[in-house]
Amino acid sequence: MADTTQKQKGGGGDSQDKSSGEGGQKLKKKGEELKAEMDSLVDEIDEVLEENAEEFVKNYVQRGGQ
Amino acid sequence: MAVPKVMGTEIEYGITVRNDRDFDPISSCVLLVNAYREDHDAKILWDYDQENPLADARGFQVEGEKYTPNQQENIARNKTLINGARYYVDHAHPEYSCPEVTNVRDLVIHEKAGERIVEISRREAQALLPEGAEMLVYKNNSDRKGNSYGSHENYLMDRRTSFKQIVEHLMPFFVTRQVYSGAGKVGSENRAQPCEYQLAQRSDFYETEVALDTMVKRPIINTRDEPHADREKYRRLHVIVGDANMSEYTIYLRNGATALVLSMIEDGAITRDLTLRDPVRAIKEVSHDPTCKREIQLDRGAKVTAVQLQKEFLDLALTYTASRDVDPITRDVLDKWQHVVEALERDPMELSREIDWVIKKSLIESFMERKGLDWESSQTQMLDLQYHDIRPDKGLYNLLERRGQVERITDDAAITRAIHHPPEDTRAYFRGMCLKRYAPQVFGVNWDSISFAIEDEPIKRILMAEPLKGSKVHVDDLLSTSPTAAELVKNLRA
Repeated sequence: MADTTQKQKGGGGDSQDKSSGEGGQKLKKKGEELKAEMDSLVDEIDEVLEENAEEFVKNYVQRGGQ
Repeated sequence: MAVPKVMGTEIEYGITVRNDRDFDPISSCVLLVNAYREDHDAKILWDYDQENPLADARGFQVEGEKYTPNQQENIARNKTLINGARYYVDHAHPEYSCPEVTNVRDLVIHEKAGERIVEISRREAQALLPEGAEMLVYKNNSDRKGNSYGSHENYLMDRRTSFKQIVEHLMPFFVTRQVYSGAGKVGSENRAQPCEYQLAQRSDFYETEVALDTMVKRPIINTRDEPHADREKYRRLHVIVGDANMSEYTIYLRNGATALVLSMIEDGAITRDLTLRDPVRAIKEVSHDPTCKREIQLDRGAKVTAVQLQKEFLDLALTYTASRDVDPITRDVLDKWQHVVEALERDPMELSREIDWVIKKSLIESFMERKGLDWESSQTQMLDLQYHDIRPDKGLYNLLERRGQVERITDDAAITRAIHHPPEDTRAYFRGMCLKRYAPQVFGVNWDSISFAIEDEPIKRILMAEPLKGSKVHVDDLLSTSPTAAELVKNLRA
């Protein structure tokens, strides 16, 4: 019962502006999370990416197969 | 009535040894394949008597020499595994042919188990190399210098369906499925138009529509007619127009949609004329357009995008399955096919967790943006190559998987299990169990036979012309009442 009351209170108090503001905040937060995820991915790639990429790529030569 | 779509894949891996001036691909492949150890150390032949890669599905035999290695070379180059797979040296590449499976979930599991097996053997082989030398293996299809190696799919088909019908309906499907089955590639090669990034690794290499060749002048549809099963009843469609995919989701959809379309061809359910005017040109145009908006021309004059053509096939598939009992995996394939086609229509980059070429493009673009690189940069090209590195710690696809940034179809436990266990519902079960139980007496193996050398008796060859027979249900009693190979052969005769 207490739960329901709290939810109703929270819901009733919201104005239209405030909820779109929250939406905007959420979107911003999501954007920041994505950016942080990308940053940490790029950092991890940096750690494992082969050094001397130019020479590495140049030397990767295969014989044709099927 | 369509026959069950028993299927499998054959992947040729790229291989190199760094810091080894004497690097020779063939001896490195032999080292790699032989570094893989199973419980037994029996020397088992691959049975080339059963092979005929020169038979053409259009009804003739092509002249040429059949490859038959001597016994020692045969054993050095071929390993048949207890999971029912064949791991071997094909020309200058290590190749893994997964065991026959009946559904795309098992296909993903067994293709992925193949990657793990190659990686296990790479680590073992690495320990035998001189200090400083490093063996690297890539699950891709091109060195970006005009050399390509294959990744083939095989599907069981009804012999009664004419090859002409297969070609007619399959061509537009094969030209356009790369919008979700491509593994992505930076740049172009083989005298194709220049581009920054394209959908598929192999599309620059198709030079003709239909042919038997696989190594030169590659065709979109390959005519090899080697059923590895009862040739009165079946064909094995040998598909060479595909990429080596890293993404489980992509592998699942690639084989799932293809299997569905093949069943529809068998049942006469492709009722629209989707013939393309110039498939060889179109396959390159589609590959070179990551926006997926470019139109290609139908023979009847209209222009459509590859995604629209895939939508046509999907619509036909939805109609086809609406009146049939459809298993849950096929239902799931249809859902995923729909999800992917709709996303491709809106914005292909939405599929950066599902589809290989998008996953790779998204990864490369993030890196380029933060590092100020362009498509010509060596580091960009390195990212492309390293996406396919099979090492768990260095491979970039594997890195994304570990970070939970790609959709999965299965899990590590199922993949690990498939390293040691054959699928239970095809003849691969019998093959694998025979190797597990009777390896010292196994003389030779092929997809549709296994032969035994028991003391000084003549070699006994057991034929397995039905891909669905030899399953656990069929042979577990036989195996459990046959503690030795001699008893197995005796019980089979009884």
